[in-house]
Amino acid sequence: MSKCSMGLLALSSLFLSGAAIAQEKIKVGVTATLEGTYTVLGEDGIRGFQTALNVLGKKVGDKELEFVIASTDATPDSAVRAVRKLIEQDKVQILLSPLSGDEGIAVKNFAKTHPELTFINAASGAQETTYVDPAPNFFRYNMDGAQWQVGLGKYAYEEKKYRKIATVGEDYSFIYTQVFGLVLEFCGAGGQVTNRQWVPLGTKDFASVIAALPDDVDAIYLGLGGADAVNFLNQYQQAGGKAHLMGGSIMIDQTILSSKGNAKNALVGTLAASGQADTWEDPSWQKFVKNYQDAFPPNKRFPSPSLLATNYYDSTMALILALRQVNGDLSNNQAKYKEALAKIELDAPNGKIKLDSNRQAIGTNFVTEVVDDGKGALFSKVVKVIPNVNQTLGYDPAVFAKIGLPSRTVPECKKY
Amino acid sequence: MTRFVERHPAWALIVIIAVAVALWLIFAVWPPALEETIGRKRVFLNALFNGITLGGLYFLVASGFTLIFGLMRNVNLAHGSLYLFGGYVGYAISASTGSWILSFIVAFFMTALVGVLLQVLVFRRMEGQDLRQTMVTIGLSIVFADLMLWACGGDFYQIQTPNWLIGPIELPLITAVKSSGEPVYLRYPLVRLVIFLASVIIGIAMWLALNRTRIGMIIRAGVDDRDILAATGVRIQIVFVLVFALGAGLAGIAGVVGGTFQSLSPGEDIRFLLASLVVVIVGGMGSIPGAALGALIIGLAEQLGSVYIPTYAIVVTFLIMVLVLALRPQGLLARR
Repeated sequence: MSKCSMGLLALSSLFLSGAAIAQEKIKVGVTATLEGTYTVLGEDGIRGFQTALNVLGKKVGDKELEFVIASTDATPDSAVRAVRKLIEQDKVQILLSPLSGDEGIAVKNFAKTHPELTFINAASGAQETTYVDPAPNFFRYNMDGAQWQVGLGKYAYEEKKYRKIATVGEDYSFIYTQVFGLVLEFCGAGGQVTNRQWVPLGTKDFASVIAALPDDVDAIYLGLGGADAVNFLNQYQQAGGKAHLMGGSIMIDQTILSSKGNAKNALVGTLAASGQADTWEDPSWQKFVKNYQDAFPPNKRFPSPSLLATNYYDSTMALILALRQVNGDLSNNQAKYKEALAKIELDAPNGKIKLDSNRQAIGTNFVTEVVDDGKGALFSKVVKVIPNVNQTLGYDPAVFAKIGLPSRTVPECKKY
Repeated sequence: MTRFVERHPAWALIVIIAVAVALWLIFAVWPPALEETIGRKRVFLNALFNGITLGGLYFLVASGFTLIFGLMRNVNLAHGSLYLFGGYVGYAISASTGSWILSFIVAFFMTALVGVLLQVLVFRRMEGQDLRQTMVTIGLSIVFADLMLWACGGDFYQIQTPNWLIGPIELPLITAVKSSGEPVYLRYPLVRLVIFLASVIIGIAMWLALNRTRIGMIIRAGVDDRDILAATGVRIQIVFVLVFALGAGLAGIAGVVGGTFQSLSPGEDIRFLLASLVVVIVGGMGSIPGAALGALIIGLAEQLGSVYIPTYAIVVTFLIMVLVLALRPQGLLARR
């Protein structure tokens, strides 16, 4: 008996000394869509995340950051499952999650059940996530889908003289938000959106959708991403499509522009808007592109970072910089850390970012046009930069609230 | 035919009317009132053709599945993996040699080889134990999926359509008449027509091989009674290997087809396994004509659904399956 207790004592003292020697760690959980339609987007998001770690390092004071990555497939339940696993099994204290729109809404709601932890949105862009009933411990350093479309409608109407357009988009919250931003501005300028087609996320056969595209419009807006966008373009080429195109933020993005095959060439000249532009001259953007390119061999990355890489980079930057401001202090339910996160202003590669009272980013937006660099690679070229875009898109909050939440049919095509 | 009319005069009338309406919808110029209620004729015709061509692809996958089941009573749930494997092989060949046709041939033989290995190394050891075989195929499909993810990554691949197949052709079907009186003809992607024709040819060849040749006779006899066939001195194991190779090879060809007009990525294996399951359940397990009919119905339901009831398009397929299971559980064209 005494021998046994002696042994236990010795064993426990061994553990205790071990704990004393080991450096204190802060555990961070990361999710990305590493499965399904948005696989390529998730992979590049992780590249952006790693680029940020290369630049900023993993040390916060005398503490070391430890990361656990979990995979999702763009569905809300997969995101909640991954986040729950990270919290309950891996015991993470901070979350960098999620990537996609519907996931964002689900994770925000889940965040409320863990008020003691901190959730930093990685890249998701549905409006509802931070606009409706926001969670006090959920922070978003990227703009939402509607903010990413600011400037597009007006430019299409005034410079390209488009008067009537139709839209095709994936049937979920982020694309609703994108079309919301586009319709609001395009119809506000006097244009008409004659038809909005919605296809399920993960559609493979677009032939009938392509056949149903109206041909009495000036341009067709595509709100697709990942495998869906590539499938669409491939079948669009096979059907001999010739219409003018406009693109959403994940459609005109390196995830699509550098896909294999020549179907993407239909996109040359396409007008789009996003939170970044591949060829922006700004030195800090150019430096980020260089860092991204240096971090991975050419065949393991895109020629230039995608929007997802940039978002993950910015979010990781906020996560680490705010943690350094409080010197890694996560006591008192992370109160100090949350305060620092809410206040921090980021000098991000894609323009300055600060948060509003809903902890939603106010940032810079870019209207772009797709160009061929002469060697067969496609890039988005800046045609207009719009700073200080907020979530109500410059509308009075009361007027904005009356428009309604983005959905298949909201907003109506009229001037608000 | 005449016997069917005599025995079911009401049904025959309904079928004749349905065929007449379908023909009229396809060939006639639609009056404006009709276009107003159900949309333009171009959209309808495209959805119809897309449904038929998609059915062609489903047939290629499902025919191998149903053939293997029919003869060996082996529900091969790794069939989707063979599809994806064939697609990846086809991509590798077409990317390195630039030849689309060659990619079909190589994909066929490579997946057929995998099929042979599966039959010889795995299924022969557990012959007659249906449940055990099915469980093993589930396990294999998971292992294959992870191996392919490891080798090819999560990226999506598309097999390059050869230049002579890119773009649409005009079909002699009038979709509308311009105000000047000039008819507008239907323009349709050539590659889909070619792929559909190819699957029809494969289907007919299979039917002929099964019904007109000696080996086909042996296979049909095996489907009816395996034990008696073996007792007559036929070397049944060789027949099994042959059929498994053929079924797997067809899945490989389908993979190249799917990679050409859709795309290849992890998860496609499950999608096509599910599609072929639905197809053979609707058509009847083990029946080649059943697979053809099931594939056609499912393809049409998916495409017409995506145009006319986009929100519920996914439900339609399963609704059809539920109806068939409720009213004719053995499948539409099952023999027993």
